[in-house]
Amino acid sequence: MVVGRWGIPSVAAGGGVDALLPTGRGHCVLVQKDSLLPTTRTLAAGPGSEPDPDAAISVRGLVKRYGDRAAVDGLDLDIRRGEIFALLGPNGAGKTTTVEVLEGYRKRDGGDVRVLGVDPARGGRRWRAQLGIVLQSGAGDSQLSVRELLKARASYYAEPRDPDEVMELVGLTAEAGARGRTLSGGQRRRLDVALGIVGRPRLLFLDEPTTGFDPEARRQFWALIRSLRDLGTTMLLTTHYLDEAEALADRVGVLARGQLAEVAVPAALGGRGTAPAVVSWTEDGVRRSAETATPTAFVRELAARFPGEVPDLTVARPTLEDVYLKMIGQVPEGGGTAAAVGRRGAERSQGVSS
Amino acid sequence: MTTTAPERAALPPLGRVCLTRAGVELKEFFRQRESVVFTLVFPVILLLGLGAVLDYDLGAGVDFPQYFMAGVITAGIVGASLQNMAIHIAGERSDGTLKSLRGTPMPASAYFAGKVVQVLAVAVATIALLVLVGVLVYGIDLPSGTDWLTFAWVSVLGAAACTLLGIVVSTLARNGRSASATVTPIALVIEFVSGVFMPFDQVPGWLQDVAAVFPVKWLAQGLRSVFLPDALAAREPAGSWELGTVALVLGLWCVAGLVLCAVTFRWQDREG
Repeated sequence: MVVGRWGIPSVAAGGGVDALLPTGRGHCVLVQKDSLLPTTRTLAAGPGSEPDPDAAISVRGLVKRYGDRAAVDGLDLDIRRGEIFALLGPNGAGKTTTVEVLEGYRKRDGGDVRVLGVDPARGGRRWRAQLGIVLQSGAGDSQLSVRELLKARASYYAEPRDPDEVMELVGLTAEAGARGRTLSGGQRRRLDVALGIVGRPRLLFLDEPTTGFDPEARRQFWALIRSLRDLGTTMLLTTHYLDEAEALADRVGVLARGQLAEVAVPAALGGRGTAPAVVSWTEDGVRRSAETATPTAFVRELAARFPGEVPDLTVARPTLEDVYLKMIGQVPEGGGTAAAVGRRGAERSQGVSS
Repeated sequence: MTTTAPERAALPPLGRVCLTRAGVELKEFFRQRESVVFTLVFPVILLLGLGAVLDYDLGAGVDFPQYFMAGVITAGIVGASLQNMAIHIAGERSDGTLKSLRGTPMPASAYFAGKVVQVLAVAVATIALLVLVGVLVYGIDLPSGTDWLTFAWVSVLGAAACTLLGIVVSTLARNGRSASATVTPIALVIEFVSGVFMPFDQVPGWLQDVAAVFPVKWLAQGLRSVFLPDALAAREPAGSWELGTVALVLGLWCVAGLVLCAVTFRWQDREG
């Protein structure tokens, strides 16, 4: 069985994903990351099935409408305990709405949702105590110091982490006495994260956590997320940074038009793992490229045509960003052939040679 | 069937969370210089400024500062409750503080308990400051006997009604910035027609009727009964202090405010 090809044609054509996922709407095909074997299994997450009580998050047929527009339109999703799941999707795809329904901030119009076994619409204090929510700006304009804010937040929970340890963990120890409103943008984001984890959550929601971070701060943040995972925290991450999703997530899900277009490990999303390579070179002053499943042979042929070096030769596999952009329909569909040639062939051509 | 997670340790008791919130609210208020100056010092400046300029003789040995004590304390209470709540809660809603709190196991009641403590502390500090300045600068006569009791219940009931009203107004505001731009002028107009800054019998009759709808007029009237000799009750619209009506109207505003709060309160700005 072929796992979803790079650039799901039916999505880009505006249809459903049935053509690719013959098990029916919402049945997600995924490859388990931890296994070296390319084991593929179908996650039974269809509208007909019950939510999985053992999953950290289990969603069946979620619908949320704003007026006539369905922001989320029949979403099915299962997130296992202990995994880091990245939810990707363009603005307006229903990402924020979905996450806010899961967090208990928003009422849904339809579907079945379980977060840590509880319906978020009925989640009480005990349920909230098991969640951590890192908002894009939860620290506000406070007159309290970082330590005071964390101590106050910790006092709402049954088994909080030590505020000093949390400051150490996010790298705010030097700012312990600084008032919330005096923090820089990056420090504020770290405080947001600190506020999200001080309650020792089992499930952590991270909403674009590294927006505004410099590259070094982002690496530090990734290390922090990994250490939280090692402690057994389940995480749902939304991000616009595809490298971040690739670096952190066990699985990624792509939301498009209120539905989950695909769920896969980052390396296999959109059929990346089996996608053709793109060979690009310059010939007669024109940039050319071709997709091929046998790049070595192709390059050997190419090498024979040129006296010396093949000008500007590159061999590339589709990046997560390439497949992502295709999945959300940002790139026009082009039914190419194995030797499709164009100035932006790597993005345009579609064919598969063998 | 759902499998529930293994039981965790008990959540902290409500009382302790309320204490935490009270501490947070007091620090948030008293560390912010603008709010301290505006809420606490502004009424004092009013008292000193208007007291120096206006020179009424209201009869029965009452000069303007003695008359104005009730009005300026009313302005102080409205500032500590209505304006404070409307502006700061709208701000907390806009900057994400409320949304963030909503995502924690903090009970909503603890949040409001913290606000009540803040209003009480600010109102008491404002009143104490005004009375002190009144006595030291203008030598006003302090209330005596049961007037203190009237002072206490009128202030508490008025502050409660204005606090609830302030929370409702914070929800009507589009966002934090629009709240601080609109609430203060509206409060000033209501205070003006309620006879806070001048003798109420100088307010035109139809404006007196308008003012009678709002709690501010009744708060000021109740406080006048505390600071003025009973001879001046004749200058009130009904010819008496109407303390029963004061209690009734302020009480009704408390009930209406509570219902409106419960119905309208939001933890996030409206979308769009």
